[in-house]
Amino acid sequence: MTEVAIEVKDLSKKYGEGVQALDGISFEVETGTVFGLLGPNGAGKSTTVKILTTLSHPTSGTASIMGYDVLEHAAEVRRTIGVVAQSSTADREATARENLRLQGQLYRMKGRELEKRIDSLLDSFKLSGDGDRIVRGFSGGMERRLTVAMALVHNPRVLFLDEPTTGLDPEVRSEMWEEISALAADEGTTILLTTHYLEEADMLARNLAIVDQGRIVAEGTPDGLKKELKGDAIQVGLGETREQTEIETALREVNGVSEVILNERTLHARAEDGARSVPSILAALDSAGITADTVTVARPSLDDVYLKYAGRTMEQAEKKQTEEVAA
Amino acid sequence: MNLFADTWHMAQRHIRALIRQPWWIAVTLVQPIIWLVLFGGLFTSMEDTPGWPAGVTFHEFIIPGVIVMTAFFSAGWGGMGMIEDINRGIIDRFLVSPAIRSSIITGALLANFLTIAIQSLIVLGLGAIMGASYPGGPLGMLILIVISGIVGFGFGAFSYGLALIIRKEESLIAMMQFLLLPLTFLAAAFIPLTLAPDWIANVAKFNPVNWAIEAGRSALIDSSPDWNLILTRTGLLLVFGALMAAFATRAFRSYQRTV
Ligand SMILES: Nc1ncnc2c1ncn2[C@@H]1O[C@H](COP(=O)(O)OP(=O)(O)OP(=O)(O)O)[C@@H](O)[C@H]1O
Ligand SMILES: [Mg+2]
Repeated sequence: MTEVAIEVKDLSKKYGEGVQALDGISFEVETGTVFGLLGPNGAGKSTTVKILTTLSHPTSGTASIMGYDVLEHAAEVRRTIGVVAQSSTADREATARENLRLQGQLYRMKGRELEKRIDSLLDSFKLSGDGDRIVRGFSGGMERRLTVAMALVHNPRVLFLDEPTTGLDPEVRSEMWEEISALAADEGTTILLTTHYLEEADMLARNLAIVDQGRIVAEGTPDGLKKELKGDAIQVGLGETREQTEIETALREVNGVSEVILNERTLHARAEDGARSVPSILAALDSAGITADTVTVARPSLDDVYLKYAGRTMEQAEKKQTEEVAA
Repeated sequence: MNLFADTWHMAQRHIRALIRQPWWIAVTLVQPIIWLVLFGGLFTSMEDTPGWPAGVTFHEFIIPGVIVMTAFFSAGWGGMGMIEDINRGIIDRFLVSPAIRSSIITGALLANFLTIAIQSLIVLGLGAIMGASYPGGPLGMLILIVISGIVGFGFGAFSYGLALIIRKEESLIAMMQFLLLPLTFLAAAFIPLTLAPDWIANVAKFNPVNWAIEAGRSALIDSSPDWNLILTRTGLLLVFGALMAAFATRAFRSYQRTV
Protein backbone atom coordinates (compact mmCIF):
# COMPACT_ATOMS: atom_id res chain seq x y z
CA MET A 1 0.00 0.00 0.00
CA THR A 2 1.23 3.46 -0.85
CA GLU A 3 1.23 6.02 1.87
CA VAL A 4 1.62 8.86 -0.57
CA ALA A 5 -1.39 9.33 -2.82
CA ILE A 6 -0.15 12.32 -4.79
CA GLU A 7 3.50 13.03 -5.42
CA VAL A 8 4.61 16.14 -7.27
CA LYS A 9 8.26 16.84 -8.08
CA ASP A 10 9.60 20.05 -9.58
CA LEU A 11 6.63 20.61 -11.82
CA SER A 12 6.92 23.45 -14.33
CA LYS A 13 4.55 24.55 -17.03
CA LYS A 14 5.11 27.20 -19.62
CA TYR A 15 2.29 28.28 -21.92
CA GLY A 16 3.55 29.42 -25.30
CA GLU A 17 6.58 31.66 -25.08
CA GLY A 18 5.55 34.04 -22.35
CA VAL A 19 3.56 32.61 -19.47
CA GLN A 20 5.35 30.62 -16.77
CA ALA A 21 2.23 29.24 -15.09
CA LEU A 22 4.19 26.86 -12.82
CA ASP A 23 7.76 27.40 -11.79
CA GLY A 24 8.98 24.24 -10.06
CA ILE A 25 6.48 23.13 -7.46
CA SER A 26 6.80 20.02 -5.30
CA PHE A 27 4.53 18.53 -2.66
CA GLU A 28 3.13 15.26 -1.38
CA VAL A 29 -0.33 14.33 -0.26
CA GLU A 30 -0.84 11.51 2.20
CA THR A 31 -3.47 8.89 1.38
CA GLY A 32 -6.88 9.67 2.88
CA THR A 33 -6.20 13.31 3.70
CA VAL A 34 -7.39 16.62 2.34
CA PHE A 35 -4.68 18.81 0.88
CA GLY A 36 -5.31 22.46 0.11
CA LEU A 37 -3.67 24.53 -2.61
CA LEU A 38 -4.24 28.10 -1.65
CA GLY A 39 -3.51 31.09 -3.82
CA PRO A 40 -4.85 34.15 -5.62
CA ASN A 41 -6.04 34.33 -9.25
CA GLY A 42 -3.41 33.21 -11.70
CA ALA A 43 -1.24 31.54 -9.06
CA GLY A 44 -1.18 28.27 -10.98
CA LYS A 45 -3.73 26.22 -9.04
CA SER A 46 -5.80 25.10 -12.03
CA THR A 47 -2.66 24.44 -14.04
CA THR A 48 -1.48 22.08 -11.29
CA VAL A 49 -4.83 20.29 -11.26
CA LYS A 50 -4.84 19.98 -15.06
CA ILE A 51 -1.41 18.35 -15.05
CA LEU A 52 -2.23 15.99 -12.18
CA THR A 53 -5.43 14.92 -13.92
CA THR A 54 -3.59 14.14 -17.23
CA LEU A 55 -5.33 16.94 -19.12
CA SER A 56 -2.25 19.06 -19.62
CA HIS A 57 1.38 18.05 -20.01
CA PRO A 58 4.09 19.58 -17.82
CA THR A 59 7.04 21.35 -19.43
CA SER A 60 9.29 19.61 -16.92
CA GLY A 61 9.05 17.70 -13.67
CA THR A 62 7.08 14.61 -12.70
CA ALA A 63 3.89 13.76 -10.88
CA SER A 64 2.21 10.55 -9.86
CA ILE A 65 -1.15 9.52 -8.46
CA MET A 66 -1.27 6.35 -6.35
CA GLY A 67 2.12 5.48 -7.78
CA TYR A 68 1.04 5.93 -11.42
CA ASP A 69 2.99 8.50 -13.37
CA VAL A 70 0.62 11.01 -14.95
CA LEU A 71 2.41 10.88 -18.29
CA GLU A 72 3.41 7.24 -18.57
CA HIS A 73 0.36 5.67 -16.96
CA ALA A 74 -2.28 8.21 -17.85
CA ALA A 75 -4.92 5.51 -18.39
CA GLU A 76 -4.50 4.12 -14.85
CA VAL A 77 -4.48 7.63 -13.42
CA ARG A 78 -7.76 8.43 -15.17
CA ARG A 79 -9.43 5.36 -13.71
CA THR A 80 -8.23 6.29 -10.25
CA ILE A 81 -9.26 9.92 -10.08
CA GLY A 82 -12.39 12.04 -10.02
CA VAL A 83 -12.24 15.64 -11.17
CA VAL A 84 -14.40 18.63 -10.40
CA ALA A 85 -13.25 21.46 -12.64
CA GLN A 86 -13.34 25.10 -11.69
CA SER A 87 -16.49 25.83 -13.70
CA SER A 88 -19.50 23.58 -13.95
CA THR A 89 -19.05 20.97 -16.66
CA ALA A 90 -22.48 19.37 -16.53
CA ASP A 91 -24.38 19.11 -19.80
CA ARG A 92 -27.10 21.72 -19.40
CA GLU A 93 -29.37 20.21 -22.04
CA ALA A 94 -29.55 16.89 -20.20
CA THR A 95 -31.17 15.88 -16.93
CA ALA A 96 -29.17 15.30 -13.75
CA ARG A 97 -29.72 11.58 -14.09
CA GLU A 98 -28.58 11.53 -17.72
CA ASN A 99 -25.46 13.44 -16.79
CA LEU A 100 -24.65 10.97 -14.04
CA ARG A 101 -25.45 8.01 -16.28
CA LEU A 102 -23.16 9.11 -19.11
CA GLN A 103 -20.40 9.79 -16.60
CA GLY A 104 -20.82 6.29 -15.15
CA GLN A 105 -20.88 4.73 -18.60
CA LEU A 106 -17.60 6.39 -19.48
CA TYR A 107 -16.15 4.68 -16.40
CA ARG A 108 -17.50 1.35 -17.70
CA MET A 109 -20.33 1.08 -15.19
CA LYS A 110 -23.69 -0.18 -16.35
CA GLY A 111 -27.08 -1.64 -15.60
CA ARG A 112 -28.60 -1.86 -12.16
CA GLU A 113 -25.34 -1.22 -10.37
CA LEU A 114 -25.04 2.13 -12.15
CA GLU A 115 -28.68 3.10 -11.58
CA LYS A 116 -28.36 2.27 -7.88
CA ARG A 117 -25.23 4.37 -7.62
CA ILE A 118 -27.01 7.26 -9.36
CA ASP A 119 -29.93 7.06 -6.94
CA SER A 120 -27.67 7.10 -3.93
CA LEU A 121 -25.66 10.04 -5.26
CA LEU A 122 -28.78 12.05 -6.08
CA ASP A 123 -29.90 11.31 -2.58
CA SER A 124 -26.71 12.29 -0.78
CA PHE A 125 -26.38 15.49 -2.81
CA LYS A 126 -29.99 16.45 -2.09
CA LEU A 127 -31.05 16.17 -5.71
CA SER A 128 -33.37 13.18 -5.49
CA GLY A 129 -36.39 15.30 -6.36
CA ASP A 130 -34.59 16.86 -9.32
CA GLY A 131 -33.01 13.85 -11.01
CA ASP A 132 -35.23 14.05 -14.07
CA ARG A 133 -35.09 17.81 -14.49
CA ILE A 134 -33.01 19.47 -17.22
CA VAL A 135 -29.89 21.00 -15.67
CA ARG A 136 -30.48 24.34 -17.40
CA GLY A 137 -33.12 25.14 -14.80
CA PHE A 138 -30.87 24.38 -11.82
CA SER A 139 -29.59 26.97 -9.36
CA GLY A 140 -25.84 27.52 -9.12
CA GLY A 141 -25.67 25.49 -5.94
CA MET A 142 -27.60 22.56 -7.41
CA GLU A 143 -25.43 22.51 -10.51
CA ARG A 144 -22.28 22.51 -8.40
CA ARG A 145 -23.59 19.65 -6.26
CA LEU A 146 -24.39 17.72 -9.44
CA THR A 147 -20.87 18.34 -10.77
CA VAL A 148 -19.37 16.94 -7.59
CA ALA A 149 -21.74 13.97 -7.67
CA MET A 150 -20.67 13.29 -11.27
CA ALA A 151 -17.03 13.21 -10.25
CA LEU A 152 -17.86 10.61 -7.61
CA VAL A 153 -19.89 8.16 -9.73
CA HIS A 154 -17.09 5.62 -9.93
CA ASN A 155 -15.92 5.97 -6.32
CA PRO A 156 -12.56 7.50 -7.16
CA ARG A 157 -9.76 7.00 -4.68
CA VAL A 158 -8.37 10.44 -5.37
CA LEU A 159 -10.58 13.47 -5.91
CA PHE A 160 -9.56 16.83 -7.36
CA LEU A 161 -11.71 19.82 -6.51
CA ASP A 162 -10.78 23.04 -8.28
CA GLU A 163 -12.37 25.85 -6.29
CA PRO A 164 -15.43 23.84 -5.31
CA THR A 165 -17.19 26.68 -3.53
CA THR A 166 -16.33 29.75 -5.58
CA GLY A 167 -19.48 31.68 -6.38
CA LEU A 168 -21.66 29.80 -3.90
CA ASP A 169 -23.58 31.62 -1.22
CA PRO A 170 -22.38 31.06 2.35
CA GLU A 171 -25.06 28.57 3.29
CA VAL A 172 -24.47 26.34 0.28
CA ARG A 173 -20.75 26.68 0.85
CA SER A 174 -20.90 25.30 4.34
CA GLU A 175 -23.02 22.39 3.12
CA MET A 176 -20.35 21.67 0.52
CA TRP A 177 -17.72 21.75 3.26
CA GLU A 178 -19.62 19.11 5.18
CA GLU A 179 -19.81 16.91 2.09
CA ILE A 180 -16.08 17.23 1.50
CA SER A 181 -15.12 16.51 5.08
CA ALA A 182 -17.43 13.51 5.14
CA LEU A 183 -15.89 12.11 1.96
CA ALA A 184 -12.42 12.21 3.39
CA ALA A 185 -13.48 10.90 6.80
CA ASP A 186 -15.93 8.15 5.80
CA GLU A 187 -14.68 6.93 2.44
CA GLY A 188 -10.98 7.49 2.92
CA THR A 189 -10.86 9.46 -0.31
CA THR A 190 -7.73 11.50 -0.84
CA ILE A 191 -8.72 15.03 -1.80
CA LEU A 192 -6.75 17.81 -3.40
CA LEU A 193 -8.65 21.03 -3.22
CA THR A 194 -7.75 24.46 -4.52
CA THR A 195 -9.23 27.58 -3.09
CA HIS A 196 -9.05 31.34 -2.77
CA TYR A 197 -10.69 31.21 0.60
CA LEU A 198 -8.35 31.07 3.51
CA GLU A 199 -11.09 29.95 5.85
CA GLU A 200 -11.89 27.08 3.49
CA ALA A 201 -8.34 25.76 3.52
CA ASP A 202 -8.22 26.29 7.26
CA MET A 203 -11.45 24.39 7.75
CA LEU A 204 -10.91 21.42 5.44
CA ALA A 205 -7.25 20.80 4.76
CA ARG A 206 -4.95 18.69 6.90
CA ASN A 207 -2.00 20.16 5.02
CA LEU A 208 -1.77 23.04 2.68
CA ALA A 209 0.57 24.81 0.34
CA ILE A 210 0.37 28.46 -0.50
CA VAL A 211 1.02 29.08 -4.19
CA ASP A 212 2.01 32.42 -5.61
CA GLN A 213 3.08 33.06 -9.19
CA GLY A 214 3.72 29.40 -9.90
CA ARG A 215 5.77 28.75 -6.78
CA ILE A 216 4.99 27.29 -3.40
CA VAL A 217 5.81 29.97 -0.89
CA ALA A 218 4.79 28.15 2.28
CA GLU A 219 3.67 24.67 3.23
CA GLY A 220 2.44 22.97 6.39
CA THR A 221 -0.64 22.45 8.53
CA PRO A 222 -2.95 25.45 8.86
CA ASP A 223 -2.17 25.67 12.58
CA GLY A 224 1.54 25.21 12.07
CA LEU A 225 1.63 27.97 9.51
CA LYS A 226 -0.30 30.25 11.79
CA LYS A 227 1.99 29.42 14.70
CA GLU A 228 4.99 30.48 12.68
CA LEU A 229 3.55 33.93 12.91
CA LYS A 230 4.22 34.64 16.52
CA GLY A 231 1.82 36.97 18.17
CA ASP A 232 -1.13 38.93 16.89
CA ALA A 233 -1.83 40.68 13.64
CA ILE A 234 -2.32 44.40 13.93
CA GLN A 235 -3.82 46.52 11.19
CA VAL A 236 -3.84 50.28 11.27
CA GLY A 237 -5.79 52.22 8.68
CA LEU A 238 -3.84 55.40 7.92
CA GLY A 239 -5.37 58.78 7.23
CA GLU A 240 -3.18 59.32 4.19
CA THR A 241 -0.85 57.49 1.83
CA ARG A 242 2.68 57.03 3.17
CA GLU A 243 5.94 55.38 2.19
CA GLN A 244 7.04 52.04 3.63
CA THR A 245 10.29 53.62 4.86
CA GLU A 246 8.51 56.36 6.76
CA ILE A 247 6.45 53.82 8.63
CA GLU A 248 9.46 51.66 9.39
CA THR A 249 11.34 54.62 10.78
CA ALA A 250 8.40 55.67 12.91
CA LEU A 251 7.96 52.23 14.46
CA ARG A 252 11.63 51.33 14.82
CA GLU A 253 11.69 52.17 18.51
CA VAL A 254 8.47 50.37 19.46
CA ASN A 255 9.18 47.17 21.40
CA GLY A 256 7.87 43.79 20.36
CA VAL A 257 6.61 44.88 16.94
CA SER A 258 7.88 43.19 13.81
CA GLU A 259 7.06 42.45 10.17
CA VAL A 260 5.83 45.91 9.40
CA ILE A 261 4.34 45.97 5.91
CA LEU A 262 2.49 48.83 4.31
CA ASN A 263 -0.25 47.93 1.90
CA GLU A 264 -1.63 51.02 0.28
CA ARG A 265 -3.15 52.81 3.26
CA THR A 266 -3.17 49.88 5.61
CA LEU A 267 -0.28 49.14 7.90
CA HIS A 268 0.16 45.48 8.86
CA ALA A 269 2.36 44.56 11.78
CA ARG A 270 2.93 41.68 14.15
CA ALA A 271 3.13 42.07 17.90
CA GLU A 272 3.73 39.53 20.64
CA ASP A 273 0.93 41.02 22.65
CA GLY A 274 -1.31 42.95 20.31
CA ALA A 275 -3.60 44.73 22.72
CA ARG A 276 -0.67 46.00 24.74
CA SER A 277 1.31 47.27 21.74
CA VAL A 278 -1.47 49.32 20.24
CA PRO A 279 -1.03 52.42 22.44
CA SER A 280 2.71 52.59 21.77
CA ILE A 281 2.22 52.06 18.04
CA LEU A 282 -0.32 54.85 17.90
CA ALA A 283 1.90 57.12 19.95
CA ALA A 284 4.89 56.45 17.68
CA LEU A 285 2.83 57.14 14.55
CA ASP A 286 1.43 60.29 16.11
CA SER A 287 4.86 61.69 16.96
CA ALA A 288 5.95 61.02 13.36
CA GLY A 289 2.98 63.06 12.19
CA ILE A 290 1.12 60.06 10.73
CA THR A 291 -2.60 59.95 11.44
CA ALA A 292 -4.29 56.66 12.22
CA ASP A 293 -8.00 56.23 11.49
CA THR A 294 -8.75 52.66 12.50
CA VAL A 295 -7.03 49.91 14.43
CA THR A 296 -7.78 46.19 14.57
CA VAL A 297 -6.03 43.44 16.46
CA ALA A 298 -6.59 39.82 15.47
CA ARG A 299 -5.22 36.35 16.04
CA PRO A 300 -3.13 35.43 13.00
CA SER A 301 -5.12 34.06 10.07
CA LEU A 302 -3.98 32.33 6.92
CA ASP A 303 -4.32 35.68 5.23
CA ASP A 304 -1.45 36.85 7.39
CA VAL A 305 0.53 33.78 6.42
CA TYR A 306 -0.02 34.66 2.79
CA LEU A 307 0.99 38.25 3.44
CA LYS A 308 4.16 37.18 5.16
CA TYR A 309 5.32 34.82 2.41
CA ALA A 310 4.04 36.53 -0.70
CA GLY A 311 4.69 40.07 0.52
CA ARG A 312 1.18 41.20 -0.38
CA THR A 313 -2.37 40.42 0.60
CA MET A 314 -4.44 37.98 -1.39
CA GLU A 315 -6.74 40.83 -2.29
CA GLN A 316 -3.90 42.84 -3.75
CA ALA A 317 -2.54 39.91 -5.70
CA GLU A 318 -5.96 39.36 -7.23
CA LYS A 319 -6.32 42.98 -8.16
CA LYS A 320 -2.95 42.96 -9.84
CA GLN A 321 -3.88 39.83 -11.81
CA THR A 322 -7.16 41.39 -12.92
CA GLU A 323 -5.32 44.47 -14.12
CA GLU A 324 -2.77 42.37 -15.99
CA VAL A 325 -5.50 40.42 -17.68
CA ALA A 326 -7.30 43.61 -18.64
CA ALA A 327 -4.10 45.18 -20.02
CA MET B 1 -15.41 -2.69 -28.16
CA ASN B 2 -15.02 0.23 -25.81
CA LEU B 3 -14.79 2.54 -28.79
CA PHE B 4 -18.21 1.42 -30.00
CA ALA B 5 -19.77 1.70 -26.55
CA ASP B 6 -18.31 5.14 -25.92
CA THR B 7 -19.27 6.33 -29.40
CA TRP B 8 -22.85 5.23 -28.81
CA HIS B 9 -23.03 6.88 -25.38
CA MET B 10 -21.61 10.13 -26.72
CA ALA B 11 -23.99 10.02 -29.70
CA GLN B 12 -26.97 9.58 -27.40
CA ARG B 13 -26.10 12.82 -25.66
CA HIS B 14 -26.17 14.75 -28.94
CA ILE B 15 -29.33 13.11 -30.20
CA ARG B 16 -31.19 13.82 -26.96
CA ALA B 17 -30.13 17.45 -27.05
CA LEU B 18 -31.42 17.79 -30.62
CA ILE B 19 -34.73 16.12 -29.94
CA ARG B 20 -35.29 18.51 -27.06
CA GLN B 21 -35.01 21.57 -29.28
CA PRO B 22 -38.46 22.12 -30.78
CA TRP B 23 -37.23 24.87 -33.11
CA TRP B 24 -34.57 22.57 -34.48
CA ILE B 25 -37.17 19.96 -35.34
CA ALA B 26 -39.33 22.63 -36.94
CA VAL B 27 -36.47 24.00 -39.05
CA THR B 28 -35.44 20.50 -40.09
CA LEU B 29 -38.91 19.81 -41.38
CA VAL B 30 -39.63 23.20 -42.86
CA GLN B 31 -36.37 23.67 -44.72
CA PRO B 32 -36.74 20.80 -47.20
CA ILE B 33 -40.40 21.69 -47.66
CA ILE B 34 -39.34 25.18 -48.66
CA TRP B 35 -36.73 23.83 -51.06
CA LEU B 36 -39.17 21.48 -52.68
CA VAL B 37 -42.29 23.64 -52.75
CA LEU B 38 -40.69 26.97 -53.49
CA PHE B 39 -37.97 25.92 -55.89
CA GLY B 40 -40.20 23.27 -57.37
CA GLY B 41 -42.92 25.85 -58.03
CA LEU B 42 -40.55 28.49 -59.36
CA PHE B 43 -38.48 26.41 -61.68
CA THR B 44 -40.67 23.66 -63.09
CA SER B 45 -40.36 25.41 -66.44
CA MET B 46 -36.73 24.25 -66.40
CA GLU B 47 -38.05 20.88 -67.49
CA ASP B 48 -38.67 22.36 -70.96
CA THR B 49 -35.11 23.64 -71.36
CA PRO B 50 -33.16 21.88 -74.11
CA GLY B 51 -30.61 19.58 -72.48
CA TRP B 52 -32.83 18.73 -69.46
CA PRO B 53 -32.70 14.97 -68.74
CA ALA B 54 -35.60 13.31 -70.48
CA GLY B 55 -38.53 12.05 -68.42
CA VAL B 56 -37.31 13.58 -65.15
CA THR B 57 -39.47 16.10 -63.29
CA PHE B 58 -37.85 19.08 -61.65
CA HIS B 59 -38.75 17.67 -58.20
CA GLU B 60 -37.20 14.34 -58.97
CA PHE B 61 -34.10 16.08 -60.19
CA ILE B 62 -33.56 18.27 -57.11
CA ILE B 63 -34.49 15.74 -54.39
CA PRO B 64 -31.01 14.11 -54.25
CA GLY B 65 -29.48 17.61 -54.26
CA VAL B 66 -31.71 18.73 -51.39
CA ILE B 67 -30.82 15.63 -49.39
CA VAL B 68 -27.07 15.95 -49.90
CA MET B 69 -27.20 19.68 -49.14
CA THR B 70 -29.19 19.16 -45.97
CA ALA B 71 -26.56 16.64 -44.85
CA PHE B 72 -23.72 18.89 -45.86
CA PHE B 73 -25.12 21.96 -44.08
CA SER B 74 -26.02 20.26 -40.83
CA ALA B 75 -22.61 18.58 -40.71
CA GLY B 76 -20.83 21.82 -41.58
CA TRP B 77 -22.34 23.56 -38.59
CA GLY B 78 -21.48 20.68 -36.23
CA GLY B 79 -18.38 22.51 -35.03
CA MET B 80 -20.56 25.08 -33.28
CA GLY B 81 -21.66 22.47 -30.75
CA MET B 82 -18.03 21.42 -30.33
CA ILE B 83 -16.99 24.97 -29.47
CA GLU B 84 -19.77 25.17 -26.93
CA ASP B 85 -18.62 21.88 -25.37
CA ILE B 86 -15.03 23.13 -25.23
CA ASN B 87 -16.04 26.39 -23.59
CA ARG B 88 -18.22 24.61 -21.07
CA GLY B 89 -15.35 22.30 -20.08
CA ILE B 90 -17.31 19.23 -21.20
CA ILE B 91 -14.57 18.08 -23.57
CA ASP B 92 -12.01 18.41 -20.78
CA ARG B 93 -14.27 16.37 -18.51
CA PHE B 94 -14.30 13.58 -21.12
CA LEU B 95 -10.53 13.82 -21.54
CA VAL B 96 -9.83 13.15 -17.86
CA SER B 97 -12.12 10.10 -17.91
CA PRO B 98 -11.12 6.67 -19.24
CA ALA B 99 -13.38 7.18 -22.30
CA ILE B 100 -11.68 6.43 -25.62
CA ARG B 101 -10.69 9.89 -26.85
CA SER B 102 -11.75 9.53 -30.44
CA SER B 103 -15.28 8.72 -29.28
CA ILE B 104 -15.74 12.43 -28.61
CA ILE B 105 -15.61 12.94 -32.37
CA THR B 106 -17.01 9.62 -33.57
CA GLY B 107 -19.98 10.02 -31.21
CA ALA B 108 -20.82 13.41 -32.67
CA LEU B 109 -20.41 12.02 -36.19
CA LEU B 110 -22.69 9.08 -35.47
CA ALA B 111 -25.38 11.39 -34.10
CA ASN B 112 -24.94 13.44 -37.22
CA PHE B 113 -25.30 10.41 -39.45
CA LEU B 114 -28.52 9.34 -37.76
CA THR B 115 -30.07 12.79 -38.11
CA ILE B 116 -29.01 12.88 -41.75
CA ALA B 117 -30.68 9.53 -42.37
CA ILE B 118 -33.92 10.74 -40.78
CA GLN B 119 -33.84 14.04 -42.67
CA SER B 120 -33.25 12.17 -45.91
CA LEU B 121 -36.24 9.92 -45.31
CA ILE B 122 -38.39 12.98 -44.61
CA VAL B 123 -37.35 14.61 -47.88
CA LEU B 124 -37.91 11.38 -49.81
CA GLY B 125 -41.36 11.07 -48.26
CA LEU B 126 -42.24 14.67 -49.04
CA GLY B 127 -41.05 14.21 -52.59
CA ALA B 128 -43.20 11.12 -53.01
CA ILE B 129 -46.23 13.03 -51.70
CA MET B 130 -45.53 15.68 -54.31
CA GLY B 131 -45.59 13.08 -57.01
CA ALA B 132 -41.91 12.21 -57.48
CA SER B 133 -41.15 8.62 -58.38
CA TYR B 134 -37.91 6.82 -57.57
CA PRO B 135 -36.99 4.26 -60.19
CA GLY B 136 -33.92 3.28 -58.14
CA GLY B 137 -36.25 1.85 -55.48
CA PRO B 138 -35.21 1.04 -51.88
CA LEU B 139 -31.65 0.23 -52.96
CA GLY B 140 -31.34 3.62 -54.64
CA MET B 141 -32.67 5.34 -51.53
CA LEU B 142 -30.25 3.44 -49.33
CA ILE B 143 -27.31 4.37 -51.56
CA LEU B 144 -28.35 8.01 -51.53
CA ILE B 145 -28.62 8.00 -47.72
CA VAL B 146 -25.26 6.28 -47.27
CA ILE B 147 -23.62 8.75 -49.64
CA SER B 148 -25.17 11.67 -47.74
CA GLY B 149 -23.87 10.07 -44.56
CA ILE B 150 -20.34 10.02 -45.96
CA VAL B 151 -20.66 13.67 -46.98
CA GLY B 152 -21.86 14.42 -43.44
CA PHE B 153 -18.95 12.46 -42.00
CA GLY B 154 -16.35 14.33 -44.08
CA PHE B 155 -17.71 17.81 -43.56
CA GLY B 156 -18.59 17.07 -39.93
CA ALA B 157 -15.01 16.00 -39.23
CA PHE B 158 -13.78 19.09 -41.04
CA SER B 159 -16.04 21.33 -38.99
CA TYR B 160 -14.99 19.69 -35.68
CA GLY B 161 -11.35 20.02 -36.66
CA LEU B 162 -11.77 23.72 -37.43
CA ALA B 163 -13.67 24.21 -34.18
CA LEU B 164 -10.84 22.62 -32.19
CA ILE B 165 -8.31 24.88 -33.86
CA ILE B 166 -10.03 28.25 -33.98
CA ARG B 167 -12.34 27.84 -30.98
CA LYS B 168 -14.28 31.02 -31.67
CA GLU B 169 -17.88 30.85 -32.80
CA GLU B 170 -17.65 33.98 -34.96
CA SER B 171 -14.57 32.76 -36.83
CA LEU B 172 -16.14 29.37 -37.44
CA ILE B 173 -19.32 30.97 -38.78
CA ALA B 174 -17.26 33.13 -41.13
CA MET B 175 -15.16 30.20 -42.37
CA MET B 176 -18.13 27.92 -42.92
CA GLN B 177 -20.12 30.55 -44.75
CA PHE B 178 -17.12 31.15 -46.94
CA LEU B 179 -17.17 27.44 -47.82
CA LEU B 180 -20.76 26.26 -47.70
CA LEU B 181 -22.29 28.56 -50.28
CA PRO B 182 -19.70 28.16 -53.07
CA LEU B 183 -19.63 24.40 -52.59
CA THR B 184 -23.39 24.37 -52.95
CA PHE B 185 -23.53 26.46 -56.08
CA LEU B 186 -20.57 24.79 -57.72
CA ALA B 187 -22.53 21.56 -57.86
CA ALA B 188 -25.37 20.11 -59.86
CA ALA B 189 -27.91 20.59 -57.11
CA PHE B 190 -30.61 22.40 -59.09
CA ILE B 191 -29.65 22.13 -62.72
CA PRO B 192 -27.68 19.61 -64.74
CA LEU B 193 -24.08 20.73 -65.17
CA THR B 194 -24.57 20.43 -68.91
CA LEU B 195 -26.70 23.57 -68.60
CA ALA B 196 -24.14 25.39 -66.45
CA PRO B 197 -21.21 27.47 -67.73
CA ASP B 198 -18.15 25.42 -68.57
CA TRP B 199 -16.03 26.75 -65.76
CA ILE B 200 -18.62 25.71 -63.17
CA ALA B 201 -18.80 22.24 -64.68
CA ASN B 202 -15.01 22.02 -64.49
CA VAL B 203 -14.72 23.22 -60.90
CA ALA B 204 -17.56 20.91 -59.85
CA LYS B 205 -15.41 17.91 -60.81
CA PHE B 206 -13.35 18.61 -57.69
CA ASN B 207 -16.29 19.30 -55.40
CA PRO B 208 -17.17 16.45 -52.98
CA VAL B 209 -20.70 17.82 -52.70
CA ASN B 210 -21.09 17.38 -56.43
CA TRP B 211 -19.67 13.84 -56.34
CA ALA B 212 -22.35 12.96 -53.83
CA ILE B 213 -25.20 14.64 -55.67
CA GLU B 214 -24.36 13.03 -59.03
CA ALA B 215 -23.87 9.56 -57.59
CA GLY B 216 -26.94 9.79 -55.35
CA ARG B 217 -29.08 11.08 -58.18
CA SER B 218 -28.07 8.31 -60.50
CA ALA B 219 -28.86 5.72 -57.84
CA LEU B 220 -32.26 7.23 -57.07
CA ILE B 221 -33.78 8.39 -60.32
CA ASP B 222 -32.03 6.62 -63.19
CA SER B 223 -33.90 3.58 -64.33
CA SER B 224 -30.53 2.02 -65.11
CA PRO B 225 -28.10 3.55 -62.59
CA ASP B 226 -24.59 4.42 -63.75
CA TRP B 227 -22.72 2.05 -61.43
CA ASN B 228 -19.37 3.18 -62.66
CA LEU B 229 -20.18 6.75 -61.63
CA ILE B 230 -21.71 5.67 -58.30
CA LEU B 231 -18.73 3.53 -57.30
CA THR B 232 -15.99 5.97 -58.31
CA ARG B 233 -17.72 8.92 -56.64
CA THR B 234 -18.35 6.91 -53.49
CA GLY B 235 -14.69 5.90 -53.48
CA LEU B 236 -13.61 9.51 -53.83
CA LEU B 237 -15.96 10.52 -51.02
CA LEU B 238 -14.47 7.85 -48.77
CA VAL B 239 -10.99 9.19 -49.46
CA PHE B 240 -12.24 12.69 -48.69
CA GLY B 241 -13.83 11.44 -45.45
CA ALA B 242 -10.62 9.71 -44.39
CA LEU B 243 -8.57 12.85 -45.03
CA MET B 244 -10.98 14.93 -42.97
CA ALA B 245 -10.92 12.37 -40.15
CA ALA B 246 -7.12 12.58 -40.13
CA PHE B 247 -7.39 16.37 -40.00
CA ALA B 248 -9.82 16.24 -37.06
CA THR B 249 -7.53 13.86 -35.19
CA ARG B 250 -4.58 16.18 -35.64
CA ALA B 251 -6.66 19.16 -34.58
CA PHE B 252 -7.57 17.25 -31.45
CA ARG B 253 -3.92 16.75 -30.57
CA SER B 254 -3.15 20.38 -31.17
CA TYR B 255 -6.07 21.31 -28.90
CA GLN B 256 -4.63 19.17 -26.12
CA ARG B 257 -1.30 20.93 -26.34
CA THR B 258 -2.94 24.27 -25.54
CA VAL B 259 -4.90 23.14 -22.48
N1 LIG C 1 -4.48 27.42 -21.54
C1 LIG C 1 -3.71 28.45 -21.18
N2 LIG C 1 -2.99 29.12 -22.11
C2 LIG C 1 -2.19 30.15 -21.77
N3 LIG C 1 -2.02 30.61 -20.52
C3 LIG C 1 -2.70 29.99 -19.53
C4 LIG C 1 -3.59 28.89 -19.81
N4 LIG C 1 -4.13 28.48 -18.63
C5 LIG C 1 -3.62 29.28 -17.68
N5 LIG C 1 -2.77 30.20 -18.20
C6 LIG C 1 -2.00 31.22 -17.43
O1 LIG C 1 -1.25 30.55 -16.45
C7 LIG C 1 -1.27 31.24 -15.21
C8 LIG C 1 -1.81 30.36 -14.12
O2 LIG C 1 -3.17 30.10 -14.40
P1 LIG C 1 -4.09 29.13 -13.51
O3 LIG C 1 -5.37 29.01 -14.24
O4 LIG C 1 -3.35 27.90 -13.18
O5 LIG C 1 -4.31 30.00 -12.20
P2 LIG C 1 -5.27 29.73 -10.95
O6 LIG C 1 -4.41 29.71 -9.76
O7 LIG C 1 -6.09 28.54 -11.19
O8 LIG C 1 -6.16 31.04 -10.96
P3 LIG C 1 -7.72 31.22 -10.65
O9 LIG C 1 -7.82 31.39 -9.19
O10 LIG C 1 -8.06 32.48 -11.38
O11 LIG C 1 -8.44 30.05 -11.16
C9 LIG C 1 -2.10 32.50 -15.47
O12 LIG C 1 -1.22 33.55 -15.74
C10 LIG C 1 -2.92 32.15 -16.66
O13 LIG C 1 -3.23 33.31 -17.41
MG1 LIG D 1 -8.08 28.22 -11.43
